[in-house]
Amino acid sequence: MQRLFQILLAIDRRIIFLVIFLALSVPIFLHLKIDIDVTREVQIFYDAIEALPTGSRVLVSCDYDPGSEPELQPMAETGFRQMIKDHIKFAIMGLWPQGPMQANKALAKINEVREGFIVENGDTLAFGRDLIVVGPDTIRYGRDFINLGFQAGNELVIQRMGSSVAAAFPNDARYGRPIETYPIMNGLNKLSDFDFIYNLSAGYPGTVEWVQFAVDRFHVPCGAGNTAVQAPQVYPYLDTGQLTGLMGGMKGGAEYEKLTGFKAKATMAMVSQTAAHIFVVLFIVIGNLAYFMTRGKGQRKGLS
Amino acid sequence: MTGFWNIFGIWAAALLTIGIVSFLYRDNPVYKFCEALFVGISAGYWFVSLYYQNLLPKLFDNLGFTKMLGFSQDDGALQLAFRGQYDVRIWYILAGVLAIMMLLRLVPKVGWISRWPLAVVVGSTAGLYMITYFQSNFLSQLQNTVIPLVDMGRIKGLEGLASGELTADRFFAAYLGNLVLIVGTLTGLVYFYFSKEHKGALGSAAKIGIYFLMITFGASFGYTVMSRMSLLIARLYFLFGDWLGII
Repeated sequence: MQRLFQILLAIDRRIIFLVIFLALSVPIFLHLKIDIDVTREVQIFYDAIEALPTGSRVLVSCDYDPGSEPELQPMAETGFRQMIKDHIKFAIMGLWPQGPMQANKALAKINEVREGFIVENGDTLAFGRDLIVVGPDTIRYGRDFINLGFQAGNELVIQRMGSSVAAAFPNDARYGRPIETYPIMNGLNKLSDFDFIYNLSAGYPGTVEWVQFAVDRFHVPCGAGNTAVQAPQVYPYLDTGQLTGLMGGMKGGAEYEKLTGFKAKATMAMVSQTAAHIFVVLFIVIGNLAYFMTRGKGQRKGLS
Repeated sequence: MTGFWNIFGIWAAALLTIGIVSFLYRDNPVYKFCEALFVGISAGYWFVSLYYQNLLPKLFDNLGFTKMLGFSQDDGALQLAFRGQYDVRIWYILAGVLAIMMLLRLVPKVGWISRWPLAVVVGSTAGLYMITYFQSNFLSQLQNTVIPLVDMGRIKGLEGLASGELTADRFFAAYLGNLVLIVGTLTGLVYFYFSKEHKGALGSAAKIGIYFLMITFGASFGYTVMSRMSLLIARLYFLFGDWLGII
C-alpha cells in the first residue's frame, strides 16, 4: 500500500493533464446532458429583470475582454434575449475597451436575420446592424438599444454619469452622433434615470466599482454576472442587498440559460465541467491521502 | 476573400492555442514563439488602444493639437483661448503637464519630478475612496452582521410551509445561517487580534477563525478551478468544432 501511495505522489503531472483533457473532451463528443439547479442569487437576478415594466431602460456595462468570453458571453447573450423578450430597452457601455465590442458580438450571435435592409422614414436600416431580430421581436438601434461605447476613466466614468450621461458619453459608438439625438435617450439624463444596471465583470473596473458608486451613491439597483474568479469577492454585496442578483462563472450562465429556457453554450459545457471537477476532487483526496500515509511512515522511521 | 481570412484566422488561433498548451508537456521553442507573439501583440494593441482612447480624444482633441497639425477641423481649447474665449477643456493642459512630469522618471537626473503627479494620483484616489469604502465595504457589511442569532421570523414562516417545501437550504437559512455568519465573523476577527497571545478561549476562537478562513480560501480556489476549466472547455469547443469540425 505504501508503495502505491509513493507511486501516486511521484506521478508525472502530464498524466494528470491528460486525464483532465479526457474528462473535458469525452462529454463534448458524447453530447451528454446534465440537469442543474438554479441558485438563489441567479433567481434573484432573473426575477429582477422580469419585474421591470415594459419599456424600462437598463444600462448594460460590459467590463470584460475576449479572455473572459467563455464565462461572460453566454450571460450577455442570455441577458439580451431576456430583455428583448420583455421589451426592455438597453444602453450598452464598457469600462473596458473591448466590452462594447463583446456586446456587439453577443447581439450578432442572437440575431436571426443577418442580411437585408428596410427603409423607414428615409433611413436605411440594415438587419444585424440597426435591426436585431430575436424570435418574434425586432429591436431598432437608437430607439430600443444604443451602444455608448467605451470611456476611459474607470470608476470616475460612473461618478460622472451620476450627474450627466451625456458628459461621460457625448457620442454613441456606432455612428458617432450626439446621444441626445436618439429617442432611447429621451429623459435619460443621469445614471439614476436608468431602472436597472446589468454589469458583466471580469475584474477592475467592474462590479465592485458599480456597487460602490452606482448602487451606494446613486441608488440604482444593479445585478451582475462575474467570472468565477471574481465571484467570491462580490458575494458579500449580495447578502447586504447591494447587489440584486449574481451569476458566477459558466455555472451561473448555465443557470440563467435554464431560467430563460434557451439552453446554449454554458449549459452544453456543464457536463465537461462537472466531470473535470470530479477528477480534481479525486486528485486532491488521493494526493492528501498519499501524502499523510507516506509522511506518517517517514516520521515513524525518523523517530526509530 | 472574407472566407479565406476567416479560415486563416481559425487556423492561426488553433495552432497558437496548441502552441501555448504544448507547455504542459514541456517547455519548447514553439511555446516560446507563441508566448513572445502574444506579449508583443498585447503590448502593441494596448499602446494603440490607449493612444486612440485616451491621449487623442482627451488631450490632443480637447486642447486642439489635432487641429494645429491639420488632422481635425474642430477648435480645441487652445484655439479658443487664443481668440480670448474661455473653454473648460483648457484644464486638460494640467493633465498633460502631469503626464509629462510622470514620464520624467525615465530621466534619472530629474526622475524625482515624477513623484508630484504620483502624489496627485494617490491623494485624489484616497479622497475618492475614503467615503465610498467606508459606506460600501464597512458600514453596509457591519449592518448586515448585526442580526438576530436565530431568525425567528423565518422560522415562523417555515412553520406554515408544507413539509415537502422545507429544503435543506431553507432550513440552513432559518436555523443556522445567522449563527454561522456571526460565529465566522467574530472568530475571524479574533484570529487577526494580535495584542494578546492566542491561548485559552482566545486561542480556541482563533483556531475556529482559521477554519473559517480556510473554508473561504477553499471556496475561492474552487471558483478559480471552475473558471480555468471554463476557459479550457471553450478552447476545446473551438478546436473540435470551429477548427476540426468533428462535433
